Amino acid sequence: MKKGSLFQKMAAAPHIVWMVLFIVAPMLFVLYFAFTEDGHFSLSNISTLSQYGNVFVLSIAFALIATVICLLIGYPLAYFMARSKPKTQKLLMVLIMLPMWCNLLIRTYALMALLDNGGLLNSFLESMGLDKLRIVGSDFGVILGMVYDFLPYMVLPIFTSITKLDKRYIEAAHDLGCNNIQTMTKVVLPLTASGIVSGVTMVFVPSISTFYISQKLGAGKIDLIGDTIERLFQNTSTYNVGAVISLVMMILILISVWIMNKFSDDEGGVII
Amino acid sequence: MKNIKKIISALLLLAILAASCCCLFACDKANDGGDVTTLYVYNWGEYISDGSEDSVDSNEQFEKWYFDTFGERVKVSYSTYSSNEDMYAKLSGGAVSYDIIVPSDYMIERLIKEDKLAPLNYDNIPLAKENLDSEFFGENAKYDYYDEGSVYSVPYFYGMIGIIYNTDMVDEEDIGSWDIMWNEKYKGNILQFNNSRDALGTAQYKLGIDVNTDNEAEWRRALEELKAQKNIVQGYVMDEIFNKMEGGSAAIAAYYAGDFLAMYENNESLDFFYPSEGTNLYVDAMCIPKTSANKTVAERYINFMLSIDEKYGAPAIANAEYTYYASPNAKVVESEEYRDYMNEIKDDAFEKMYDLGHVEATYYENLTPEKLALINELWEELKSDIDVSPTIYIICIVIVGSLVGFVTFFGIRKRKRNNY
Amino acid sequence: MMKFLSKFYMFIIFALLYAPIVVLIVFSFNDGGSLSEFTGISLKWYGELFRDEEALTALKNSLILAVCSSVIATGIATFAALGLHHMRNKYVKGAVKSVTNIPMMNPDIVTGVSMMLLFVAVANFIGAKQFFGFGTMLIAHTTFNLPYALLSIMPRFNQLDKSLSEAAQDLGCTPARAFFSVELPEIVPGIVSALMMSFTLSLDDFVISHFVSSPNFQTLPLYVYNQTVHNVKFSMYALCALIVAIILAILLAVNFTGSVNKKKKRNGVA
Repeated sequence: MKKGSLFQKMAAAPHIVWMVLFIVAPMLFVLYFAFTEDGHFSLSNISTLSQYGNVFVLSIAFALIATVICLLIGYPLAYFMARSKPKTQKLLMVLIMLPMWCNLLIRTYALMALLDNGGLLNSFLESMGLDKLRIVGSDFGVILGMVYDFLPYMVLPIFTSITKLDKRYIEAAHDLGCNNIQTMTKVVLPLTASGIVSGVTMVFVPSISTFYISQKLGAGKIDLIGDTIERLFQNTSTYNVGAVISLVMMILILISVWIMNKFSDDEGGVII
Repeated sequence: MKNIKKIISALLLLAILAASCCCLFACDKANDGGDVTTLYVYNWGEYISDGSEDSVDSNEQFEKWYFDTFGERVKVSYSTYSSNEDMYAKLSGGAVSYDIIVPSDYMIERLIKEDKLAPLNYDNIPLAKENLDSEFFGENAKYDYYDEGSVYSVPYFYGMIGIIYNTDMVDEEDIGSWDIMWNEKYKGNILQFNNSRDALGTAQYKLGIDVNTDNEAEWRRALEELKAQKNIVQGYVMDEIFNKMEGGSAAIAAYYAGDFLAMYENNESLDFFYPSEGTNLYVDAMCIPKTSANKTVAERYINFMLSIDEKYGAPAIANAEYTYYASPNAKVVESEEYRDYMNEIKDDAFEKMYDLGHVEATYYENLTPEKLALINELWEELKSDIDVSPTIYIICIVIVGSLVGFVTFFGIRKRKRNNY
Repeated sequence: MMKFLSKFYMFIIFALLYAPIVVLIVFSFNDGGSLSEFTGISLKWYGELFRDEEALTALKNSLILAVCSSVIATGIATFAALGLHHMRNKYVKGAVKSVTNIPMMNPDIVTGVSMMLLFVAVANFIGAKQFFGFGTMLIAHTTFNLPYALLSIMPRFNQLDKSLSEAAQDLGCTPARAFFSVELPEIVPGIVSALMMSFTLSLDDFVISHFVSSPNFQTLPLYVYNQTVHNVKFSMYALCALIVAIILAILLAVNFTGSVNKKKKRNGVA
């Protein structure tokens, strides 16, 4: 085999330079700001974290709940979609991808405008003589916003993994005496675990870091980690505390992604 | 052979760089289009006549006026913020520069103290002396408390904070005082300011505390009041208030007086009062940051905004009619057409906006750096003061519990199977 | 029965998913300026939108930025994929790959914040007055596009037969020439999908732009954000409706032509 030429060796150089300058260096800056105060090493930023304990708990809880709801709604949806005729499937694909491609701000704002106390839904309820629903500014509103915004991210990977599933496995399971539920839990679910894991990741990560959804549907009252970071950088300009919180959130997400990847390995192991 | 490779790879790199530079250059060219000076203006949202719905576009008129008068092209790059604190954060980041900013009184004081503003050359702003009310500008000015002698700033608009309410949703007997914002009856229908100074201010006025107090305990008392209010407010918002109040999504909100009329125009069931305990008087003034690269043009911009020249849409009047805020411009106040316009919106609009004598009002002063840090701290405390409801806990425990159960179940089954 | 239930379920979910968007589109034709009362059909807000210079500038900025950042990201990624493909040091290769993936793994807000810190530090260091703007946005967008571009191109290289390039070089091609005349044509589909992916990602990004932009260079999502934190102009609903319509058209077109291509291929094989 030939030795790699200079051209081939150098080809990755611009990329590596770019990476060091704009991926590694910014991360180092986050670290630097997290552990300094006025340019001196300090751990005082870390101690301010305790103040945000509830914010972290709430963000994790909301993201968890939203992810589970997305999974519960999304899995059957993806399954039914995969079961429909190829022609309908294509249309359904477009229908599920359209909200994904549509900007999140637009969808969130549209949802808020619809659900607001004076919005269309409540005017309708009022004209029916029913009580108004207070969704905007409540926990439920924020979770609803997350589910609404990120559901397509759950459906699409699961849908892909179901369509890739070899139908013969299901037939084989039936032939070997499995009923529908057993086929589902023993064959279909484990074989689509990778789709579930990527769906869960794609919902959980943006949910835990969002600030626009909580700003609009929580009316600035329900503060998640994202809101806190945004405010610390754009309003009070306390970069140091903001950097610590960003760092903690990054670590949190790395851990959860790692756990989720463990899951997909385990499930794969179960069936094989 | 090796050299050729070297040259080729170098050329490739260069090509990439050149392509990106070309892109950059092309874009810059497209934005600036030759010899055009760009004037960066950073103002409050909804604070200038912007040409929507057949109003005068003040910025466009300025560009026209500038070309007619000086023969040079200026392009106004106009952007908006929603609170003094947001503006300060952008400005102090140091990576963005503006030619004109319009902070409120206490923020101007702070910027002056931190040496961030450039002193104005009034040769370029002759209209200041000519048009502005003597209460606001000149030797005997009463309302230049934040910048004695108007060295750094020219007043743009002023006003007071009042409470806007929806007459369909609020009982007449509850109005009159700040207490309405703490009234349990309107739980979920109250909107509070989403900036630290104004929000703490509402609590201070309610409690009868000096809004510029040096006493930390008093600031903390105001915070406790806000914390108590937190579970009855619908949210903390700034300019989103327009849509919420107009659409009937909230019943009560404290906001700047002028904006009430803008909302009233779209929803006639709204009304407005100044709380009896006293309220905040603010003056927003145009300033030029030290970093400005086009100070002269910026000064001419300030001058233009004071003008009532009909040929260029009378920007001072157009802005006053668009924002409904009280104008410190004597020529505007004297204008019959302007008075008629105001009173056409609402009977007592003019009187209410200019009602300086009858309302007990104080202004915010700049605070010491320690107090500013304290306010930030209190604000963070309020925002991060979140109760996680038991329901949320229970749901999470159920989710995590079933996950753990699931994993152990499959783990055991797998191990069993492996044993076979 | 089961079939009916599944159809019903799909219908309900899609109806809920589309309800807010449909409401927004319907009310963009509303004559009055309200989101709860429909007073009459008019195209008033569309007219207003096309007179709104701010929105049009934002659209122009968005397109320029998306084109520039996707081209640069794809260019860098193509050569990076080539370099990584021929790289033998496993550890370096692994390190490069995982570092590249950081912006993909990280929540957008952390990426945005970290870049903002870098830019602020550089601006203060060199004393630049107006540092944020097109340049910083371009860098940020290129950076978050890189992993996606690399991800679409890398697999194409792995499918390549290494001996092809070697054969070309044995026949007298320089490695560079071998790349351009043998390898490049093979990976063109990857490059195209990288371009498309980066373009859409860049058009869509709000969070990262929010932190590294100056108000003087606004993209479309930033414009929408600015609208929604102030008094929303109703022309924004018209803008949103247009965006949805355009995306729908593109999606349908891609899907439609995609099926035509497949049919052609199938016919060709048969």
